[in-house]
Amino acid sequence: MALIRSSSPHLHKMNQTGRVMRLVLLATLPGLAAMTFFFGWGTLINIIWASLLAVGFEAAIMKLRNRPIRFYLSDYSAVVTAVLLALALPPFAAWWVTLVGVFVAIVIAKHLYGGLGQNPFNPAMVAYALLLVSFPVEMTRWTEPFVLVSADSGWSVLSFVDTLKVIFGGIDTSVIDSYTGATPLDALRHRGGLTTEEAWRQVPVLADGIGAWHAVSAAYVMGGVFLLYKKIFTWHAPVSVLGSLAVLSTLFFIVEPDYFADPFFHLTVGGTMLGAFFIATDPVSSATSNKGKIWFGLGIGTLIFVIRTWGGYPDAVAFAVLLMNLSAPFIDQYTQPRTYGHAKAKRGLKGDA
Amino acid sequence: MSVDVKKITLDGLWTNNPALVQLLGLCPLLAVTGSVVNAIGLGLASTIVLLGSNLTISAFRKFVPGSVRLPIFVMIIASFVTAIELLMQAFTYELYQILGIFIPLIVTNCAIMGRADAFASKNPVSASLLDGLMMGLGFSAVLIVLGAMREALGSGTLFADMQLLFGAGAQSWKIVLVDDYSGFLFAVLPPGAFVGMGLLIALKNIIDGKLEERRKRLTPAEPKDIQRARVTG
Repeated sequence: MALIRSSSPHLHKMNQTGRVMRLVLLATLPGLAAMTFFFGWGTLINIIWASLLAVGFEAAIMKLRNRPIRFYLSDYSAVVTAVLLALALPPFAAWWVTLVGVFVAIVIAKHLYGGLGQNPFNPAMVAYALLLVSFPVEMTRWTEPFVLVSADSGWSVLSFVDTLKVIFGGIDTSVIDSYTGATPLDALRHRGGLTTEEAWRQVPVLADGIGAWHAVSAAYVMGGVFLLYKKIFTWHAPVSVLGSLAVLSTLFFIVEPDYFADPFFHLTVGGTMLGAFFIATDPVSSATSNKGKIWFGLGIGTLIFVIRTWGGYPDAVAFAVLLMNLSAPFIDQYTQPRTYGHAKAKRGLKGDA
Repeated sequence: MSVDVKKITLDGLWTNNPALVQLLGLCPLLAVTGSVVNAIGLGLASTIVLLGSNLTISAFRKFVPGSVRLPIFVMIIASFVTAIELLMQAFTYELYQILGIFIPLIVTNCAIMGRADAFASKNPVSASLLDGLMMGLGFSAVLIVLGAMREALGSGTLFADMQLLFGAGAQSWKIVLVDDYSGFLFAVLPPGAFVGMGLLIALKNIIDGKLEERRKRLTPAEPKDIQRARVTG
């Protein structure tokens, strides 16, 4: 017999923040596994280090703001931010790079704006953009996938202990020179007069190493599809990000294949998949309505292509997301869905006929 | 008419600080505070212009028709800025080149215009001079603090390149905070200035809040004393 009476709805606890965040964490596991498999232990170490820092900063700032620490820590949002940031960082990023990044993400981008649900920008992307602008050397020293590292056979990544030493400054960075190189996006950008076709054949990271990036992207797609199946987010944002990027890059590739990269390349290297499924779907900083999400995604996809092709930085996901975060309130203003039984929402400034 | 020295001083330096409270002159403030020497350079130039313009405008305040006062103020300020610009060109040429457009732009610094219109055009010369000095010092103080924050974070030094302003002897003033600092570009770039400025304003508000709290804690004690006095008396 039910002793507590309550009115409908009777559905409980389906979409608590904590549950959503735990599912997102679960969905990053394939990506993490792929990163670890192809690029070594660095990402795993970074994730653990970043999560520790994030929980520490979150607890400290909750204490400063006189909020219940345990309650807010148990929604896992700080950990999700840390994990997403760590996945985006180069695997050999030094400890202080992660430290600065997590501090900026949690303290400045999240809590100075009012905490979870109030931040206009995606904290992980704010931190990533800041790090990319501030430490260009550290942030572009990406790890070579293990297939490119010359070794006798097998899984030739830097050992776990050595990776720890690299990240925490135990050994000189010149030791890891044979383990680092440019990302495919970087390689294609600085190809020095080669056509795209020649670059694909001659640059090793494009000719032999590209599979690693494809695999990591595929792993992110797996995680994204899992979240879609669990109804954590709708299809609108990711599909429009990927769709607009694909359409734009196809158009340019058809016109001049010697100069522009093919659409498959754009979709499967860099942060495209991570951005489309894990960043553009952030419920706080993206547009609200389904129609708004489509416009939001379209903007991100277009900006990714534009910045990658003509911009000054190798990858563009962070900048594209931040720019669209900035325009999300504007999109919301113009994409208010019609409430059933009411006239169409009035758009534009007051007084428009 | 006596000059309320304490109030004017406190206004300029703290309660009505042009940068932290009035938020005037933010463009040069944010743009040039990448290092302490830039901050001191711009702070000095602004203070001198502020002193000169307040002095002149206050002296002529009886002859300026209200309807055309702003163009006249701009003319006066612009002539002082031109003089400062020529002086800097003559004596601190390198700093002049670093500060570049922001020296002529002092003309449009709202802090100077604001003081001219709000204070100097209504008050006697002595008060206006003091106001100009204090506002200038308050503005310079914020510039220097922000410059020091950004220089320390951005390049790991303090008081670098002071010889640009104070002659060759000042070369040794440079303090290296961290050896082999790889640089934190964000602090030197404009976004770092915005974040730093925001933090400074927040800090001022915290201090003001604490002062207010203490004042409140102290004031209720007084009526109690009076009551007790009445009982015993």
